[in-house]
Amino acid sequence: MKKLMLSLAVNGQVYDVAAFPHRTLLEVLRDDIGLTGTKRGCDDGDCGACTVLLDGLPVTSCLVLAVDAVEKTITTIEGLATAGQLHPMQQAFIEHGALQCGFCTPGLIVTAKQLLEEKPDSSDEEIRAGLAGNLCRCTGYVQILAAVAACRDGQLAGQTEAP
Amino acid sequence: MYPFEYIEPSTLPEAVAALAEHGPDAVALAGGTDLLVMMRADTIRPKVVVNIKRIPGLSGIAATNGDVRVGALTLVRDIEKSPVLRARAPALSEAARWLGSVQIRHLATIGGNLCRAAPSAEMAPTLLALGARLHLVGVQGQRVVPVEDFFLGPGRTVLQPGEILVEISLDGLAPRSGSTYLRHSIRPLMDLALVNVAAYLALDAAGTITEARIALGAVAPTPIRARAAEAELCGHTADPALFERATEAAVAAARPISDVRSTAVYRSRMVRLLTQRALAQTLAAAQNGHVQ
Ligand SMILES: Cc1cc2nc3c(=O)[nH]c(=O)nc-3n(C[C@H](O)[C@H](O)[C@H](O)COP(=O)(O)OP(=O)(O)OC[C@H]3O[C@@H](n4cnc5c(N)ncnc54)[C@H](O)[C@@H]3O)c2cc1C
Ligand code: FES
Ligand code: FES
Repeated sequence: MKKLMLSLAVNGQVYDVAAFPHRTLLEVLRDDIGLTGTKRGCDDGDCGACTVLLDGLPVTSCLVLAVDAVEKTITTIEGLATAGQLHPMQQAFIEHGALQCGFCTPGLIVTAKQLLEEKPDSSDEEIRAGLAGNLCRCTGYVQILAAVAACRDGQLAGQTEAP
Repeated sequence: MYPFEYIEPSTLPEAVAALAEHGPDAVALAGGTDLLVMMRADTIRPKVVVNIKRIPGLSGIAATNGDVRVGALTLVRDIEKSPVLRARAPALSEAARWLGSVQIRHLATIGGNLCRAAPSAEMAPTLLALGARLHLVGVQGQRVVPVEDFFLGPGRTVLQPGEILVEISLDGLAPRSGSTYLRHSIRPLMDLALVNVAAYLALDAAGTITEARIALGAVAPTPIRARAAEAELCGHTADPALFERATEAAVAAARPISDVRSTAVYRSRMVRLLTQRALAQTLAAAQNGHVQ
């Protein structure tokens, strides 16, 4: 077995990484590239904490080999804020207290962002179904659903500067 | 996960050759949503992984003269959203909607769902009910297998070492026909079906049932056809007593087991309920004239 030279386009920047073929995209993002916003919960596809956008679509990065992400664009939670401004979905999560420990939050935010981009007028029911693959052990989901609905309805107070 | 040699063929013959050469040591990688889970749990430890996703032409949905062809590498998410399938085989799009989460459906392929051969496989009952054909390519060439002959047992199919499922094809649907997919799980989403049922009915102008197919999942080692139930229906006009006899025959065809998801008794009762509902919905769709 030898390492492969992988060129990964993450958040608009290209990273060259030497990795064995059995390494997952999640592992390479966190351990090799140092983008630790994407979380490892179950490592089995069940919890959604590892969700990233691959060519714009949410996938569980624990079930993607890093080598399979070559020639694709990858967006992680770190790529959402632009020019010092949080993405509206991030803003919505803050305003609605939609996080406690925060472990599920990056996965939820990237999933919810794509959901509304694909269908801006998603119903509450469609939002629930769209987020079925993102588990949260803390909030009870009520605030999360409120945050996504507020984002959909354009009801956000103000902008918070990105850290 | 244990290390493996990684091969990324760009043509089908290369992929078939690589898989055949390494025999039982090699696996094909499609979406990886079953494969990577099994490899991480060390239930399988392949020495060679052959990624078949970069081979052109193995995904996509095309309709020709009423026939519908679905590439084996087509994402479950694309089956869910496809306007062609929503019009021509809506029960298949409906089934896709229930598979895992949106994150999983953006990775999982229809071919992987069949080749994994889980008794509860989401896409299987509808394909059985629609009489789908599977196109397999191996070192010996191509062969076509009816989907009902594809499964041998949990995790086992007729695929020979080196053989790849490339396409799923469906006949054009009869004008007065309908199909339905129903499933039951404890949690509505992100939970494997403990029973799933698909039905297909075609009627003639007088309303007589000319063709009937009923498929059951998660109640036998493989997804199955309930042939005795189908025989009850064919040649008759639908009425409650007829549907009741067919439903009884479907329950009799099921051989459920008790496991972590459900007891056998509960599964039998769900076969009854879902078959009743599926027949009623399918009949309504067929009577409405359009292919539901
Ligand atoms: C969190 C989670 C939830 C899930 N929920 C469901 C669910 O609700 N319902 C359900 O049915 N399944 C579910 N699954 C299982 C899985 O997602 C599906 O079975 C999926 O369709 C598998 O497709 P894949 O492309 O990922 O297959 P892979 O994992 O890539 O492959 C599966 C098997 O098929 C073989 N294979 C794949 N494609 C081919 C081909 N074209 N030719 C020959 N062999 C091939 C592989 O070698 C492997 O043995 C779930 C999985 C996870 C992780
Ligand atoms: S870590 Fe990937 S889904 Fe849980
Ligand atoms: S905020 Fe803790 S898991 Fe969701």
